[in-house]
Amino acid sequence: MKKNFRDFFIASDKEQGGTLKDHVSGLRRYVSQIKPNFVEGGRFSWLQSTFEAFESFLFVPDKTTRKGCQIRDAIDLKRTMIFVVIALMPTVLFGIWNVGYQHFLATAESVSFWKMLGFGLAKALPTFVISYVVGLAIEFIFAQIRHHEVNEGFLVTGLLIPLVLPPDIPLWMVALATAFAVIIGKEAFGGTGMNIVNPALTARAFLFFAYPSCMSGDKVWIANLPDATTGPTPLGLLANGSTDLPSAWTMFWGGIPGSLGETSKIAILLGAILLLITGIASWRIMVSVFAGAIGMGLIFNVIGATPYMQLPFYYHLLMGGFMFGAVFMATDPVTAPQTNTGKWIYGLLIGIFAVMIRVINPAYAEGMMLAILLMNVFAPLIDHCVVARNIKMRQKRAKTNSKTTTK
Amino acid sequence: MTQVIKIKQGLDIKLKGQAEKVVECQEAKFCAIQPTDFIGVTPRLLVQEGNAVEVGTPLFIDKHDERITFTSPVNGFVKEIRRGEKRLLQAVVIECRDAMNRVSEPDGNHPADAMKRDDIIQKMLETGLWPMIRQRPYSTIANPDDTPKAFFISAFDSSPLAPDLDFIAEHFPDSLQNGLEVLSILSGKKLHLCIHAEKTKSKVLLKAKNVDIHTFSGPHPSGNIGTQINRICPINKGDVVWYCTLADVINIGHYFRTGVLDFSRIYAVAGTGLQKPHYIRTTIGAQIGDMVADNLKDDHQRIVSGNVLTGKAVNENDFIGFYHNMLSVIPEGDNRQEMLGWIWPGFKKFSVSRTFPSAFVPKMLHPNYELDTNMHGEERPFVVTGEFEKVFPFDILPLQLIKACIIEDIDLMENLGIYEVDEEDFALCEFIDTSKTDIQQIIRKGLDLVRKENE
Repeated sequence: MKKNFRDFFIASDKEQGGTLKDHVSGLRRYVSQIKPNFVEGGRFSWLQSTFEAFESFLFVPDKTTRKGCQIRDAIDLKRTMIFVVIALMPTVLFGIWNVGYQHFLATAESVSFWKMLGFGLAKALPTFVISYVVGLAIEFIFAQIRHHEVNEGFLVTGLLIPLVLPPDIPLWMVALATAFAVIIGKEAFGGTGMNIVNPALTARAFLFFAYPSCMSGDKVWIANLPDATTGPTPLGLLANGSTDLPSAWTMFWGGIPGSLGETSKIAILLGAILLLITGIASWRIMVSVFAGAIGMGLIFNVIGATPYMQLPFYYHLLMGGFMFGAVFMATDPVTAPQTNTGKWIYGLLIGIFAVMIRVINPAYAEGMMLAILLMNVFAPLIDHCVVARNIKMRQKRAKTNSKTTTK
Repeated sequence: MTQVIKIKQGLDIKLKGQAEKVVECQEAKFCAIQPTDFIGVTPRLLVQEGNAVEVGTPLFIDKHDERITFTSPVNGFVKEIRRGEKRLLQAVVIECRDAMNRVSEPDGNHPADAMKRDDIIQKMLETGLWPMIRQRPYSTIANPDDTPKAFFISAFDSSPLAPDLDFIAEHFPDSLQNGLEVLSILSGKKLHLCIHAEKTKSKVLLKAKNVDIHTFSGPHPSGNIGTQINRICPINKGDVVWYCTLADVINIGHYFRTGVLDFSRIYAVAGTGLQKPHYIRTTIGAQIGDMVADNLKDDHQRIVSGNVLTGKAVNENDFIGFYHNMLSVIPEGDNRQEMLGWIWPGFKKFSVSRTFPSAFVPKMLHPNYELDTNMHGEERPFVVTGEFEKVFPFDILPLQLIKACIIEDIDLMENLGIYEVDEEDFALCEFIDTSKTDIQQIIRKGLDLVRKENE
C-alpha cells in the first residue's frame, strides 16, 4: 500500500472522471492529478480547504446550478474582492514610494526615485507579507476545522492592515495585530460576512491601545527616523496646538508623513473612481461620509472658538486617514448597514463623528478610526430602525385597507 | 386604463434561442400528472396501474380537501404509478390510447352569463380544471370556500425565452374571452388582466371585456403575478388573491364554451440547446422526450421544465410541469474550467455587475447572450449588500426577509411581507447574487413554515 512520494502526483486517469477535454492546459491536468490526495481519505486530506482555495483561485470551478435559477450571473465574491485589491493598488504603490521619500526628506539626503522606491519596498514589503501569511494561515486553519471553503475576504483585509499602520511598525506587531483581528475580530463571530467591526480597523485599534507609543506621537510616521528629528502628521501637529500645517496641495498629493496608505488623496481617489464605476463600494456611504464631514467642518468654522475649529473645513478631508477610511473602510458591506436608508445615516454620522473627535478630543488625534468603529457597532441598530419603519408602513397599509373594505 | 404602472427595478435577460413562431401539433404518447407540482397537496390515489381512464377521469384527490380532484388529461390507461423516496407519489403516468382523441365527449355547453358562481366552482372541481386556480399567499391551489380579494391574470411573460402570450392568445380568441367571463363571475367581478405597454399588441387582450385591464412597463419581473398584485392590490395578512395563467384561462374558457374538456395547450420550446426552437401544442404533462425528440443539439444539455430562472431541471423521462408554459434547453456548463476567471474582462459574459463590460452596454443594444448552467463561482456567506434592491420591485427589504426565512422567525417574516412574495419573485435576486445562495429555496421553506403555522 505504501506509495512513494512521486506516486501521489501521478494519479491514474480513471480518478479524473474523464470529464477533462483535450484542450485543457497541462496545469489543469496536473491539478486534477494531484487532487485525489487532498479529498476525504486522501493522504493530505488535512489540507483539503487549502487545496480547494488554491484550485478555485487558479480555475473557476465547473460547478453547475442544481435547482432554482438554472443560470447565474458571472459575478462572484472572488472577482468582487479582487477589484477592491486593484482599487487599492495606487495607494499601495504611492505608499511604498512615500516611505522612502519621507525617510530621505528627514535625513536630508537627495537620492533618486528608484532609491526611494527601493527603501520603501524594503520597509513596506515585509509588512504586507507578514499580514498575508499570518492572516491566511489562520483563515486556512479555521476553514479546515469548520469544513468551509476559504473565503476571499482576507485578500482585502490583508492588504488594508499594513496600509493603516505607521511605516515604522515592528513586524511582530503586524503579526500580532493581524492574528488578533482575524481571530477575535472575525472568526469569533463566525467568519466572513458575520463580523461586527471592520477587521483591518480592529487590528489598528488593537495596536493603538496596546502599544500607543508605536502608534501615535511624532516619531513613528517616518521610517528609520534620525534620532534628533521628528515627523509629526498634520493631525499630530493640530493635536499639539500647532497650526503650522503643510499646504493643502501637499496633503492632497500625499508627500506627508502618515500611515502607509493614507497620505496620497490622489491615489485614494483613483481607487474610489474604480470602486464607484464598478459599483462595488456603496456610493451612498462615500457621499454621505464626505457630506457629514464637510457639514461638521462648516459648523466648527462658524463657531470658530479655537484655532482648530477655524481650520478650513476641507482640511479635514485632506488630513489623516479620513479619505482612506471613507473610501475603503466605511464602505465595507459586512460592517456597514445593509439597508440603503441605513447607509445614508451611517455615512453621515461617520463624517460628523470623525471631525468632532478630531477637534474636540485631542487625546485621539485620528478621529476617523474611532468614528468608523463606533458606527460599525451601531450599524445593526440603524438597520433595525429602518426595518421597523418598513414594518410600520406595512401595518399602516393593512389598517387603511381594512377600513376601506368595511366601508 | 391609460395609466401605465412603471416597474423600474428588474432585469431583462436576453438569451439566444427564442422560439420561432411556428406551432407544431404533437400527440403525446405519455403524459403524467405530478402531485409534486402542487404545493401542499397530499394525494390520495384513486386509480391503479392498468386502469383505463378518459379525459376528466379522477386520478387522485387531495387528502386535505377531497373536493379537489386531479383528472386525466387524455384517454388511455394508467401505465405507471411513479414513486420516489419514502414511496412519495411522484407521477401518475398515462399512456395515451388514441392519439387523435385527446378530448372528452361534450357534456353540453355552459354559457357563462347563465352560470352562478357556485355552479362554476362545482364544474371546475369535477372536471379537474380547479387546480389551475391558485392563490397568493403560498401559491397553493385556491380554496373553493374562499372569496378572493381579487383575481389576477398576467397577459405577458417577461422571463427569459418566455413564450409570447400574444401569439398564444391569437390562437384561441373565443375561448380566451369566454374564460375571462367565467373567471369574472368566479372572482365576483374583481378580475384584473395585466398587459405590457410595449409587448402586448394582440387585440384579443387589449380589447378583452369584463376585466379591469392594467398596463405595466419595464423589465422582468413586471410579468410576474406577484409584482402585479403588489402594485394594484397588495396582500396584507389574511388577504387571499387568486390567479391563474393565460393558458389556464383558455382551457377553462374552452370547456365552458363547448362542453369539451381539452387539456392541450401551446408551449414554447426554446433555448440554445435546440436545433429548432419553436412552439408545440401538446397536452398538459406531456413527456419531455417527446417534446424535444430529434431537436436536441447533443445530449449534454440541461432541460428545464419552465423558464431558466424558476424552472425545474428534468430529463427526457420526466414530464412538463402542470403550471409551466415552456421548456427551456440550455447547455450544461460543467466542462469549462477557466483559468484565473476572476480577473479577465469577460466580454462574452453576462452580468449586472459593472465589473464586467456587459453592464456598460446600453440596454437597447444588448446582444442576446448564450448562458449555460455554470455557477460562475462558489457559495459564500452574504457579503455584498444593496444588490437585490436593484432587481426587486417590491416595497419589501429583500435581504432582511431572506434572513428572516433562514432563522425561521415567523413574526419577522410576516412583518417584512412574506405574504406578498413567492419564490419566483426572488429568482432575479438569486440570479445576480454574488454569494450564489439558493434564495428561492430559502423563500419556499419560509413560505411553507408560515403556511403550516397558519393552518
